[in-house]
Amino acid sequence: MATEAQGISGAFWQQAARRLRHNPRALIASALLILVVLLAIVGPHLTAVRYDALDWNALAVPPQWDGAHWLGTDRLGRDLFVRTMVGVRISLLIGVLASAVSLIIGVIWGMVAGYSGGRTDELMMRAVDVLYSLPYLFVVIILTTLFSRGSLVVLFVAIGAVGWLTIARIVRGQTLILARSEFVEAARAIGVAPAAMLWRHIVPNLSGTIVAYATLAIPQMMLFESFLSFLGLGVQEPLPSLGNLINDGAREMQSAAWMLLVPAGFLLLLLLCLSVVGDALRDALDPRDSTA
Amino acid sequence: MLAYAARRLAALPLTLFIIVTLAFAVVRSAPGGPFDAEQSLPPQVKANLERAYGLDQPLALQYVRYLRGVVHGDFGPSLRYRDLSVRELIAQGLPVSLTLGFCALLFALAGGLPLGILAARRRGSVLDHGIMGLAVLGVALPSFVTGPLLVLVFGLLLHWLPVAGWQGGNPAYLILPVITLALPLLAYIARLVRGSLLEVLQSDYIRAARARGLGSGRVIWRHALPAALLPVVSYLGPATAFVVTGSLVVETVFALPGTGRYLVDAAINRDYTLVMGMVIVYGLITLLCNLAADLTYGWLDPRIAHGD
Repeated sequence: MATEAQGISGAFWQQAARRLRHNPRALIASALLILVVLLAIVGPHLTAVRYDALDWNALAVPPQWDGAHWLGTDRLGRDLFVRTMVGVRISLLIGVLASAVSLIIGVIWGMVAGYSGGRTDELMMRAVDVLYSLPYLFVVIILTTLFSRGSLVVLFVAIGAVGWLTIARIVRGQTLILARSEFVEAARAIGVAPAAMLWRHIVPNLSGTIVAYATLAIPQMMLFESFLSFLGLGVQEPLPSLGNLINDGAREMQSAAWMLLVPAGFLLLLLLCLSVVGDALRDALDPRDSTA
Repeated sequence: MLAYAARRLAALPLTLFIIVTLAFAVVRSAPGGPFDAEQSLPPQVKANLERAYGLDQPLALQYVRYLRGVVHGDFGPSLRYRDLSVRELIAQGLPVSLTLGFCALLFALAGGLPLGILAARRRGSVLDHGIMGLAVLGVALPSFVTGPLLVLVFGLLLHWLPVAGWQGGNPAYLILPVITLALPLLAYIARLVRGSLLEVLQSDYIRAARARGLGSGRVIWRHALPAALLPVVSYLGPATAFVVTGSLVVETVFALPGTGRYLVDAAINRDYTLVMGMVIVYGLITLLCNLAADLTYGWLDPRIAHGD
């Protein structure tokens, strides 16, 4: 029984991998993504300059291929390449952690609602509906301004705690179907406890959906982070994030367009790659829903 | 349908009440107070200020008082802008924000619908790929990037349009903010319309209509499109929420005198009454827009209203 189940799920992932391999756009996007992530990890070590080091001899110099600062410096003489790379790290980190938070809440919430059914389900999903109708960045803004501005932990918990609604809805829908299927009924008949049932039988069957939506959640969470940092509510100086780099750049764009274009370009590249990969993963792992 | 509308309308005050209560709890449990920011007020002055605004009362009493005020349309005085009431502040900024949001929604629909339909009709063509490529870009591009870029190109390089400001709603000053706010929506609507139109075009009743010999234009406009627009209608609810939050960024980028900046500044300054007022106003706007979208949806697709 166990080996058979493994065989089936192995085939599922193999099939998904095959679908992905036939999607050139997704392959290019993943390659670019890996490249940017590697650059963000290795990049700051390539030069001796730290992200918050001021170079008084090179204030606001434009990008130059042979000089000390290849993507130029900002108004305070800080190296824009190093700052952008550190910013990519921080933005990605917050995106991943916030996605993890929202995924954990959303999966548990959706699974419990879908598996319990009846009144509990109704109540839990009505709560999701109410929260859904709120402009949730608002809630994040209030949370982050009120509780220690600039703390990275508060930031990703706040973003993650508000972003779980979509995944809860999707998981609940899938769980409803799974809860009625024969293997779950069989497990229930031999006395498997609800918690073990969810963990051992429902979660593995949801894994495809969860992986696909996790990939799609990361760019969204990164967007929230940059949005908050742009408004001055997220990552605080001197720590760079793509959001506050763009904000700084936007103020200087009249005289120094590169200060805007460099971080904006990296943010766009990341967001585009992540959403292309996420879409492709969803199509590959969740073939039912391929038109949206 | 009427019963459905009545039920949804009846749930509105309850939802709003929950929002106000939650907001009150969160805002008041935050550390710090509205009079901390000013340079070390003498304790006696601070105590007097707090007494004048009723902040020395028990929290429960303040809550009841606040609710009573809100029911009568009184949001209290702003704790930061001492000479103005929250109502006056909102009355100053809201017309700007509403104009911006409404124009952006219209523009997104006016642009997104035709592009989506065009892409679906020419499925697989260069045009389709072009539109969808731009749509992916549009959805991914955050407005705090497009805004400054548009200003850079059309304001600073080409000098076609003003860079920032409002000037009493002068249309020239509206163009860039509206485009910035609408772009992601427009792109999303185009994708949505294309996707749902393609799905509908594969359904049996469309095949039947084709079999009866109807021309492709008639099939699309009369038979497929009404059904294909349903997802767009239901998206209009979340779209308003998007516009409301998006206006925060756009108002910052273009220095518009709207209400967007109030919320952030008020929360930082612990201007309790202004934060609450903003939450209520924006909460009400999104709830009403969601309701309108859902009712339209129920009217177009009666299964929804009669379901559950």
